[in-house]
Amino acid sequence: MAVTTPLPAAEAVFRARGLTKTYRMGEVEVHALRGVDLDLFRGEFVVLLGPSGSGKSTLLNILGGLDAPSAGEVWYEGHHLTGASERELTLFRREHVGFVFQFYNLIPSLTARENVAIVTEIAEQPMTPEEALARVDLADRMDHFPAQLSGGQQQRVAIARAIAKRPAVLLCDEPTGALDSATGVRVLEALERVNAELGTTTVVITHNADIARMAHRVLYLGDGRIVREERPARRTPAKELRW
Amino acid sequence: MSALTRKAWRDLWHLRGQALAIALVIAGGVATLVMSQSTYESLTATREQFYRQAALADLWAPLVRAPDTLLARLAALPGVQTVQARLLALGTLGVPGFDEPVRAEVVSLPLEGGQPLLNQVQLRSGRLPDAELDNEVVVGEAFAAAHALRVGDSLRMTLRGRQRWLRVVGVGTSPEYVYQSPPGTVFPDFKRYAVLWMNRHAMERALDMDGAFNNVVLRLLPAARPAAVIAGLDGALARYGGVGAYGRHEQTSARYLEEEMRQLRTMARLFPAIFLGVAAFLLHVVLMRLIGTQREQIGVLKAFGYSHRALAGHYLGMAAAIALLGALLGIALGAGLGRWLAHVYQDIYRFPFLAWRLSPWAIATGTAVSLAAAAAGALMALRAAASLPPAEAMRAPAPPRFGPTLIERLGLQRWLSQPARMVLRDLERRPGRAAFTVLGLALACAVIMVGRFQDDAVGYMVDTQLSLAQHHDLAVNFIEPAPRRVLFELAALPGVREAEPIRTAPVRLVHGLRSYRTVIEGLPPAARLRRPLDVRLGVVTPPADGVLLTDYLQRMLALEPGDTIEVQALQGHRHVRDVRVAGFVRETIGAQGYMDLDALNRLLGDGDVVSGVLLGVLPGAEADVYARLDRRPWVAGISSRLASVRSFYATMGESLLVFTWVAALLGGVINFGLVYNAARISLSERGRELASLRVLGMTEGEVSALLLGQLGLLVAISLPFGFAAGWGLCWVMVQGFQSELFRIPIRLTTATYAFAGLMVLGASVVSALLVHRRIARLDLIAVLKTRE
Ligand SMILES: Nc1ncnc2c1ncn2[C@@H]1O[C@H](COP(=O)(O)OP(=O)(O)O)[C@@H](O)[C@H]1O
Ligand SMILES: [Mg+2]
Repeated sequence: MAVTTPLPAAEAVFRARGLTKTYRMGEVEVHALRGVDLDLFRGEFVVLLGPSGSGKSTLLNILGGLDAPSAGEVWYEGHHLTGASERELTLFRREHVGFVFQFYNLIPSLTARENVAIVTEIAEQPMTPEEALARVDLADRMDHFPAQLSGGQQQRVAIARAIAKRPAVLLCDEPTGALDSATGVRVLEALERVNAELGTTTVVITHNADIARMAHRVLYLGDGRIVREERPARRTPAKELRW
Repeated sequence: MSALTRKAWRDLWHLRGQALAIALVIAGGVATLVMSQSTYESLTATREQFYRQAALADLWAPLVRAPDTLLARLAALPGVQTVQARLLALGTLGVPGFDEPVRAEVVSLPLEGGQPLLNQVQLRSGRLPDAELDNEVVVGEAFAAAHALRVGDSLRMTLRGRQRWLRVVGVGTSPEYVYQSPPGTVFPDFKRYAVLWMNRHAMERALDMDGAFNNVVLRLLPAARPAAVIAGLDGALARYGGVGAYGRHEQTSARYLEEEMRQLRTMARLFPAIFLGVAAFLLHVVLMRLIGTQREQIGVLKAFGYSHRALAGHYLGMAAAIALLGALLGIALGAGLGRWLAHVYQDIYRFPFLAWRLSPWAIATGTAVSLAAAAAGALMALRAAASLPPAEAMRAPAPPRFGPTLIERLGLQRWLSQPARMVLRDLERRPGRAAFTVLGLALACAVIMVGRFQDDAVGYMVDTQLSLAQHHDLAVNFIEPAPRRVLFELAALPGVREAEPIRTAPVRLVHGLRSYRTVIEGLPPAARLRRPLDVRLGVVTPPADGVLLTDYLQRMLALEPGDTIEVQALQGHRHVRDVRVAGFVRETIGAQGYMDLDALNRLLGDGDVVSGVLLGVLPGAEADVYARLDRRPWVAGISSRLASVRSFYATMGESLLVFTWVAALLGGVINFGLVYNAARISLSERGRELASLRVLGMTEGEVSALLLGQLGLLVAISLPFGFAAGWGLCWVMVQGFQSELFRIPIRLTTATYAFAGLMVLGASVVSALLVHRRIARLDLIAVLKTRE
């Protein structure tokens, strides 16, 4: 089934200008980002593609307020993130951002439901953990501990955890990186559905070019710069992807 | 319950083994504090209450003989509230079935019957002697217990050479004989030293003291100045052979009890400080590592908007739960042990009751220190984990950077197996952590050594004091100084190998503003049976002039060799003379002076006399010699050296042994907590690595060796540090335990090092076995499946 590509309203949620990030490792300087300009629009599904080490995670972490750039500026809906205090960043993450990581990073001592609850408990207008888990098709696994779930299921719990607070933006760092293709597709489907149903701006990092086919927009990162930008004429539904 | 709280409980449950190990360490520290402080407070309260109840006197004044008519004058001295005159005498006792010398101090009860006004007898059973009967006595409880004497039993007493049979009608204690040590010795000997109370009438006849007294005790008015009253008393009694009145701080029992309380207090401060300090340190280290393993979870929670404060609260709560559990266990344990220990002391001192109280201060302090240590550990760990940007915390940790170890750089690697290299590289990669573990293990070892140390020290004290310095078999002392020729009479007794004169003179030593009441022993030149020792345990002979003093007096009186000291004789003509301090002798027990016998006699000015004789006796002849001596009227007491050594061991032995094991147990617990936690944390940190090795075909044993070998190496490294730390802790204790009663020397036997080492190894092996079981159960698939 072809998804029509309703171009989202041209309203930038994120605006980044001149982002650079330099890591110092003793004598050596690693330039992870070398001047990135970027706008993310409401409701967009963006795929960030690039080889390993190109700076994708660094960029995502800066957008999500987990890390600060060496130079350059980031705005979130008119709020200046780069000048924000640790406290403001914490509030920003708590209210507006959902993260999904390659290795799920669930709390091993909490059940699926509790892993979601730990976020909903501190959010302002969250959905219930049950609803969030239902959205990723895990209604029947709510009381399982992470160790009792497969990788794909764990990742879907992680997605439920990320979306339960109804974030404005969902940042996913190689969410399928640790999964086989069939499982990965189910995870992507969950993301696709959240994006469509809740209108959550979604950024997915991958170095898998196939996944780019489901995006509204694809950004290619190379050596710390955005080297190319594409808008697929037609989005491929996640469930038709294979790799 | 919020999900975060639930996580805290689940994590605690998951870590229950480790949490319990930490809690036990804390419990050990808190228990020591609660136990020793409560014991100390209870005994001090008991003592005060006992002194009050039984009307302990404020002043004592011994004299030779004064008529009862003098009492009115004494009572009229300004500041005096109550006066009680009495007769005191030293005698010997024969206990049926016990053929060793027993010395007895006999105290008179009022002529008219009933309790004396001061220093009353607290009867534990029976009654006071009938005022009309001369053959009834109350015996001291400690002595009665040592010989299982009961009301109705009979004793044979020799007083001034006259023997008589006495009937025990009561068993009791008195506040002036709480600490009962035979005259001239420091340690109690319940079997060979007795306190008896008799009717004054009976004693008057035995001592030819009709209407006269030789000892008076006084209670002062609250506002009185003791020094002024003492001066008045001394003036009034000078004509009657008064040897100087003194207050509680110079009364043997009160002074020694005070000294023991002081030591108990030192112990109550020192040990808990050590144990609690070590426990706090471990708690800190272990929590640091424990929280370190939750780095990624902290990262996620931060990424999702949990604030530092919320996370700090979470981990503080977990740490506090562990600390509180430990503190509660410790309080319960400390209360139990403290009660028991206080009862042991009550038994030793024969307090008729025990004013037991659980020290609220100790409970509050113990809990507060545990919580503070937990909080400090948790917060520091959290700061380390939280200072990482959250993204960093979650990054798949880059393979840690390894390099060739020092040993390999030195080219020794061909001696090392592959696993040995892994062990060494892992240690070198985290030197700080390895150092912490080594430090903790060293402290555990040190704690165990502190427990054993007293035993060593006492052994050494007995060896030097009672073996090297003293060679006599029997010590005979006379009622009053006798001409030196009695020596020949005693030397001629069958069974006596050699005899040496000795003169023991009570004196007050004064240097500047400081003074100390003790005795000077006069020894003949080239004495063999009694020989003071110098610092190197060499024999020193008192010079022809001058006095040798116990080194402890050097500090007490602020003396230098060559200084002049004022010696106030408390006997005879009571001369006051300046005497040169010829040197110092090293003595671990007591504090006194030594002089040449002739020089001492010249100083006292009462002729060529001796106050006692030391005898070397042929093997097997001791009882016979004793029996012959006992019949001489001028013999006040006879004591057997071997018997004193034995009794000393018996008294000290039991309590020391208990202490050794308590300390060893605590050290073991600390050690166990440390090793177990270190191993468990390594296991969770390196679980993947170890599981991978298992998958690659390594056996459980090989994988265990990898993890535990590293700990084994740390334990081995820690031992020399532990021994050094143990020595250091003992040194600190020795400083706290210096007293006029005895100075504990710093002597640690090889056995102590071995004991501590073995305890450390034992505790380590136990924890290693527990962890090995975990390694055996390592779920290979689960560990490899998730990265966590
Ligand atoms: N904490 C760090 N310290 C040093 N270098 C880093 C650190 N984090 C990332 N880098 C470096 O920055 C570059 C970009 O990293 P990253 O953003 O993780 O790349 P990607 O996610 O595209 O694989 C890489 O060369 C990486 O080695
Ligand atoms: Mg990356």
